[in-house]
Amino acid sequence: MTVAEAPVVPALPVRISGVGRRFPTPDGGDRVVLRDIDLGIRAGEIVALLGASGCGKSTLLRLISGLDRADAGELAIGDSPVAVVDQRCAVAFQEPRLLPWRTIARNVELGLPRGTDKAAGRARVAELLRLVQLDHAANLRPRQISGGMAQRASLARALARNPRVLLLDEPFGALDALTRLTMQDLLLDIHAAEPTTIVLVTHDVDEALQLADRIVLLGSDDTAPGATIRRVLEVGKKRPRDRGDAQLAILRAELLSLLGVESHHPEDYITKAIKAQRAKRAGA
Amino acid sequence: MSATKTTEAAAPAEGAAGPAHQQASVYGYSAAGPGLADRRRPRRERRWWPIVGGALIPLGVLGLWWAATEFTDIPSYRLPSPADVVNAAGELASSGQLWRDIAISSQRVLQGFAFGSLIGIVIGSLIGLSRTASILLSPTIGALRAVPSLAWVPLLVLYVGIFEPSKVILITIGAAFPVLTTLSIALRHVDPHLVELGRAYGLGRLSLLTTVQLPAVIPALVSGLRLALAQSWLFLVAAELLASSMGLGFLLMDSGNNGRVDRIFLAIIVLAVLGKTTDALIGVLERWLLKRWG
Repeated sequence: MTVAEAPVVPALPVRISGVGRRFPTPDGGDRVVLRDIDLGIRAGEIVALLGASGCGKSTLLRLISGLDRADAGELAIGDSPVAVVDQRCAVAFQEPRLLPWRTIARNVELGLPRGTDKAAGRARVAELLRLVQLDHAANLRPRQISGGMAQRASLARALARNPRVLLLDEPFGALDALTRLTMQDLLLDIHAAEPTTIVLVTHDVDEALQLADRIVLLGSDDTAPGATIRRVLEVGKKRPRDRGDAQLAILRAELLSLLGVESHHPEDYITKAIKAQRAKRAGA
Repeated sequence: MSATKTTEAAAPAEGAAGPAHQQASVYGYSAAGPGLADRRRPRRERRWWPIVGGALIPLGVLGLWWAATEFTDIPSYRLPSPADVVNAAGELASSGQLWRDIAISSQRVLQGFAFGSLIGIVIGSLIGLSRTASILLSPTIGALRAVPSLAWVPLLVLYVGIFEPSKVILITIGAAFPVLTTLSIALRHVDPHLVELGRAYGLGRLSLLTTVQLPAVIPALVSGLRLALAQSWLFLVAAELLASSMGLGFLLMDSGNNGRVDRIFLAIIVLAVLGKTTDALIGVLERWLLKRWG
């Protein structure tokens, strides 16, 4: 697909050191959600935060965006600490959150940085709508479009910010399986066209394997309450990735077992998969 | 990418040119379901029905009224005939008194309604958006709202005098509360997701209000304005009945003192027509607001 020239905004790295977050409970106590999170995210990297639901993935994302403040530790984007609602980030939420009284184009316009020239803004919105394949729906209202289209509009709105860091909170979680795969490819296309740092929250192991440079597994080890980083996995494969790739299958099995899900692979599954791949390579 | 094209390729081609309701059905998201297109047609063909249907009861009442004066022996000083009322209207119109009364009453209502709804929007926004403002203001406003409207009259007459300001202030008081109440409650219930979205995209308090919160509460705001307008007419008559030398309330009181039942009927009918007309103007305002934001 062809993508029009996007304004060049350098992606920024994210540094998270010793971050923790606790929430007060109704009975006056404290519930630790996150503790001791240390993570460096390179500029332009795609990192997936993976974990069981309720483990604090979204909380960590909100901390990076500055929508929420950490109780402990420090977060920085580039050289400066994360500000309250940091405007270098753009968030696409779990729900599309489109303003129902605005057209799709006007919703995307909301993402433009303040002080954008009117004509330039209009051109940028049109270009983003083309990028997410919504140019035909520019003048429709959110209730007139499907869930997948609404999520793409939400993504376009986030991209309109020209974010240094793009934060995606289970952006495809509510979509049907096929649309989700399409959206994943679309996200990779967008990343290729406008390379920015992407932090993606997901509970879908396959989605993480398909998109991420690194997968950060969040969860609690039994030493203390609250979730922390249990494992960081380098996927180390060029994108686009073969969805049936054997090495990814090995990583999938590993991630599933870390998440406590039985993958039902036969015992020699991994050996077989590697053998099959070697055979394929030899044949090719 | 190819899946997107296969699932949605048909939509732009068919949907781009059609009106909105057709597009809705193309995308399969019409709330009214598949029967929408079938049920629309008869409704559109019968455009006259809302107008004629709405006029049936007033015409029926007029007929009964006329029959009652024509075929019974109720004296006309108890129940004037429709013709008597028309004559009274002609008489007052030719002397100019009717127009003067209508003009002055409308002016008072519009001024009071404008001030009152403005105050209602400002204070209602404050209370609806800020917890501190709500804690500070809500109890006082609740108490003030509980004061019956007429209780203000002696105080206003004493402090402001019996001329225009006291009447406009009374109407302002009457108009402010419905707007204030409906707006503050509606603002408190704006979808928190949308408010957070606005914050995440860098909207400050004021632009958040104008971009997200006020558009979200337009239906509530309009119903608040409707109630405020009804209250304005109510308070107008209260103000004019008590101390005035012009206006429809004065006409009512004066006619009551002189036993002119025909003029009382006339004043009531004029109030009904004016009230309905101004209410229709709010309907126009609503359509404009929804077009601007909706």
